[in-house]
Amino acid sequence: MAFPSREVAIVATSQTPSYRHFDGPEPVLIMRCVNDLLATTGLERDDLEFTIAGSCDYLSGLPFAFVQNIDGVGAWPPVYETHVEMDGAWALFEAWLRLQLGDIDVALVIGSGKSSPGHPREAFPLQTDPYVLAPLGLDPVSLAGIQARCLIDAGKATERDFAAVASRNRRDAMGNPNAQVTGDRSVDDLLKEAYVCEPLRRHDLPPISDGAAALVLVAGPRARDLVERPAWVTGMDHRIESHHPGLRDLTTSPSTALAASGAGVGDGPVDVAELTVTYSPEEIVLREALGLGDGVAVNPSGGPLAGHPVMATGLIRVIEVANRIMAGSAQRGVAHASSGPALQQNLVCVLQGGE
Amino acid sequence: MARRSAVIGIGQTDYRKQLEVTLDGLVRWAALEAVADAGLTLADIDAVVIGKAPDALEGVMMPELSLCDALGAVGKPIHRVHTAGSVGASTAITGATLVESGRYERVLVVCYEKQSEGNATWALSGGRSGGQGAGGTFAPWIREYIRRSKAPEHIGWMVAVKDRRNALKNPHAHLHLPDITIDKVKESPMLWDPLHFLESCPSSDGAAAVVIASEDVARRAPHPPAWIIAHAKRTEFSSFPGRDTVRIQAGLDCAEALYKKAGITNPIEQIDCAELYVPFSWYEPMWLEGHLITPEGEGWKLTEAGETELGGRFPVNMSGGVLSSNAIGASGLIRCLEAASQVRGTAGDYQVDGARVALGHAYGGAAQYFAMWIVSSEIAPTF
Repeated sequence: MAFPSREVAIVATSQTPSYRHFDGPEPVLIMRCVNDLLATTGLERDDLEFTIAGSCDYLSGLPFAFVQNIDGVGAWPPVYETHVEMDGAWALFEAWLRLQLGDIDVALVIGSGKSSPGHPREAFPLQTDPYVLAPLGLDPVSLAGIQARCLIDAGKATERDFAAVASRNRRDAMGNPNAQVTGDRSVDDLLKEAYVCEPLRRHDLPPISDGAAALVLVAGPRARDLVERPAWVTGMDHRIESHHPGLRDLTTSPSTALAASGAGVGDGPVDVAELTVTYSPEEIVLREALGLGDGVAVNPSGGPLAGHPVMATGLIRVIEVANRIMAGSAQRGVAHASSGPALQQNLVCVLQGGE
Repeated sequence: MARRSAVIGIGQTDYRKQLEVTLDGLVRWAALEAVADAGLTLADIDAVVIGKAPDALEGVMMPELSLCDALGAVGKPIHRVHTAGSVGASTAITGATLVESGRYERVLVVCYEKQSEGNATWALSGGRSGGQGAGGTFAPWIREYIRRSKAPEHIGWMVAVKDRRNALKNPHAHLHLPDITIDKVKESPMLWDPLHFLESCPSSDGAAAVVIASEDVARRAPHPPAWIIAHAKRTEFSSFPGRDTVRIQAGLDCAEALYKKAGITNPIEQIDCAELYVPFSWYEPMWLEGHLITPEGEGWKLTEAGETELGGRFPVNMSGGVLSSNAIGASGLIRCLEAASQVRGTAGDYQVDGARVALGHAYGGAAQYFAMWIVSSEIAPTF
């Protein structure tokens, strides 16, 4: 059977600002997005036939934290709903497949996270293998540092290249009202800063953020009824690599390359790319894996270095591309989400405007 | 139009405490059995879906990342579901959806919990020590069910004995209590009135797995497939004043949607047996009513008449159920795969004769998440 059998498009998006600390519960962040989407589309709560959210209990340090999030969805009367303990981009992936079944047309996709109540650098080592890695306290910043060192040793990048990514992202973020870290800092200026985790400096790391994002995904002709220029999902795929850093070449991302192939990135020109560059060296790895030329605008929103509400970060990449397509400033774009230490798991989504 | 999907392979670990097996070993055990049953190897699998209850139960955050190697998922998609206690059934439904979408031909669904590595009651109390646990949440609602339905107190004891006797026929079951009696149940310590110790589920370790395949693949499978006829999910708020926590709207809506999709108009007659998520004895009659299998107030009468026993009119939890094995994150998938096993005719000593249509069910959170599927030995059963 030909896949996908139905055309599916993003018709509306919403995101909260990326807050250093949002002084309120996560469901409120979600509710703001849901209310915004209903207002934008004119849809009623009952019109959202399927809801899927991505979040992570461990960020708030509370088992079943995701249960409270349905308060922000408005689950009464009862709703057809599910949840992934993954970034909202994976919720989008499941929603995209769910709409292929043909019995429902409209899905609400959410990603949300509040990192500020905890200590991410202490929590995230719990993502690693509990027997041989977690006891080492191998945190994501250290792993990103190892990845950066591998790139330098392989001659693929320099500390100046990393600073250039950060400098550009901060400058681009000045045009993004949702960004948390902005400013016009030159590469030379950034390179004067001390190391946080050599060879990484503060600007190579993401901020700690709270935030949420959501979108409405619609199948078939209804998408065109709801919005003049929907952002069609033409392909999506995700892949994972071995968990053990020692078994991987950290200067490449074969899982991203596989996902890009599965999503059809190379089937047409790319006008814009929003990538989950959580640490600046990752942009170098991802550009190569995705086959993006120097002419492709990467992270015009400022990317995760300008705002990183974990579990919404990947979905926001999709939203940033979709917004540009719906606004007509881009015709075809690539969004990328990532999970796990040093880009272990990667999702690629290709979006396109109408003919 | 969605295409059909079917369970073509089933794998289960034993559900006893397993200090000698790692998390990796546990999920791989179930996965290898499931793919072998399907006549496949891990290399044949297109995508993996993994489910479990809160990560905090074992203290491993987003465990799909560290388990992907053991599941042969490197280079493939791996997708992680978490919908509280209903997660096992939700994960099965996501697996079916991935196949029905046309995207994948063979999806491996794996769920697990290793309660011996943590303290579930701590986590189930929102991470606060000395909390009420799941039993403390459900006991008041059970008392309200008893008040409304005027059910006699021995109904809970009967379910506790029936499920443990069924478990004696299931080699995977955690609890094997050959000498259990009604007297022993009612004399066991009271945990949360009216729930005695022996009316409560154990803390188990274990993993369960199924291979879900497209129609083309299922027709070539070495063993009979269990066709997935319908699936449904519903969610509602945890609490609000006036919420009916006995006859729960999301549970009614979920069952209605499920039966409608399956073409079932008279569930008690048209479904041959059910694996219901019964972690505390009284939830058997409560779900019989709450999922429209019996009229309101009649569920306990079916139990009392012995009709939910093996050989009864509507057997429930032939495998011994959650009361005999509760690897939390896996329990919903176990209900779904035991239903599949019945219609495949592979349930061994606890096989329901001629089972053609079976129900698998799970619920979670504050009895607010519901996930259910109907499987059949026929791809298009008529009723």
